[in-house]
Amino acid sequence: MEMRFSIAADRKSLDSAGLKYEIGDFDGYALELGLQLVEKQGGEVVVLSVGPDGVQETLRKGLAMGAARAVQLKADVVPFDGIAIAQALAAELKDGGYDLILFGRMATDSANGTVGPMTAELLGLPCVTSISQLEIAEGRGTARRELEGSAESMQFPLPAVLTIDEGIARPRLASLKGIMAAKKKPLEVRPAQLGEAHLVVESMALPADRPPGRIIGEGADAVPELLRLLQNEAKIL
Amino acid sequence: MASILAFAEARTGDLRKVALETVTAARQAADGSGGGEVHAMLIGGPGIAARAEMLGRYGADLVIVVEDAGLQHYSPEVFTATLAERLRSGGYRAAFFPASAQGRDLSPRVAAKLKVSLASDVTGFEIEGDSVVARHPAYTGKVIVTLRLKGTPALLSLRPGSITATEQPRTARVEKMAPAMNPADARVKVTELTQRGATKLDLGEASIIVSGGRGLRAAENFKLVEDLAAAFGNAAVGATRAVTDDGWRPATDQIGQTGRLVSPDLYIAVGISGAVQHLAGMRTARTIVAINKDKDAPIFKIADYGIVGDLFEIVPRLTAEIRKARKDH
Repeated sequence: MEMRFSIAADRKSLDSAGLKYEIGDFDGYALELGLQLVEKQGGEVVVLSVGPDGVQETLRKGLAMGAARAVQLKADVVPFDGIAIAQALAAELKDGGYDLILFGRMATDSANGTVGPMTAELLGLPCVTSISQLEIAEGRGTARRELEGSAESMQFPLPAVLTIDEGIARPRLASLKGIMAAKKKPLEVRPAQLGEAHLVVESMALPADRPPGRIIGEGADAVPELLRLLQNEAKIL
Repeated sequence: MASILAFAEARTGDLRKVALETVTAARQAADGSGGGEVHAMLIGGPGIAARAEMLGRYGADLVIVVEDAGLQHYSPEVFTATLAERLRSGGYRAAFFPASAQGRDLSPRVAAKLKVSLASDVTGFEIEGDSVVARHPAYTGKVIVTLRLKGTPALLSLRPGSITATEQPRTARVEKMAPAMNPADARVKVTELTQRGATKLDLGEASIIVSGGRGLRAAENFKLVEDLAAAFGNAAVGATRAVTDDGWRPATDQIGQTGRLVSPDLYIAVGISGAVQHLAGMRTARTIVAINKDKDAPIFKIADYGIVGDLFEIVPRLTAEIRKARKDH
């Protein structure tokens, strides 16, 4: 389904009317992975988000899936600059005593993929990004990450920061019991100590339209015409 | 005059295509902002210095070679520390990285170490006085965000394929630099690098991609797509999320919002309807061809050349014609 989508009058943001906060695709995998690790090895999952009060709904979904508690680092506007966000997260996480800090490999909206490794660097923690497999044993981890045409296995000690790619764990659906329980779980709200942003959105625009699609023919008989166009018009062959 | 640093990505001793794109971009940035130097940083195991000459051919004035037996594989910590040390030494207006798997891992770390901002996955840029203006596709490719990046050095990672590597030959000076930390002291270590089919062309580096969707009806019918790709001689094979979810193809072949984002010269969509999530990964291709039996499929709205009909008849014919055309040349 096509979501309603338009750029706001300031040309720098999206029209928020009708937009709903959701757990990002990759964040969902990260949360599920965290829940599975805790089920196997003990401990608890804390869900953390930076944003306006709208993110509380998202955090409640995380609690309904099984997280023990939630923290909202409140910011009315989330900066586009990853380093500004990473500074707020590092300030919150530095004394948290976490064994693993999991991120989605990127937000599906801003599509930057920078906050996880930046936070790791600010915290001085080992970090492996965009992982598709993970094993944890005796305070060490082995993760696999996909590269272009190959894959790397990486070993690292805990505590560590990981960013999670698709395929590692399919997020569970919250049960009714989970949803009821989530209402009573703690959700703390603190102001986000955002860093200064030096990367700002100047404008947003819809991508230049491709020329309208053109159907050049039907069936295998259209193949010679396609070849002619690829050679003479697109100049590819 | 301020210089521009380009990270020249290598793997198993060879430069990757994105290394040449990154150097090309740095050359454009230097020439467009008063003509500073381009310094390419090349990190790897023994023998990597032999690749320096190639970087000169694409516009590097200086190649900083960091050669160490402990750097046969990528080491996030050593690479980060070494790049940060070099950038800290001053005089750099900007640093360019590829938005490849390695560049996307490395560039945010370098930015955080220097406490500067990074514009990531950039498809175009201009240097305007004390700031850099960069374009970045976001929101499933539905919006192009224009960003203004202030501060020095400005860090940018470039979407593979968004810049065409262009030769601008010069004889690059070579400077050896020691890694900023001992590779043996790194906490994160690559223990294995698995090559998937050594001859297989990577999606991000292929100028032609033939991609298949559910319309192929079964995993074994991907042979049609592979044959067509082979007919071109230099094409890679991609797939939709539906197909990789079903296990017809490995997850790494997925093109789309949650998979690979590609910009080849030619993209041939076979039996692909054109879901938004897929279009986000390929709509920046220069020329799009679609073959689908449903004339109302969304893929036809963006296809430069669409053929409606039975792919099981059309694709083999196309494969044969491409083979013939290439033989005639």
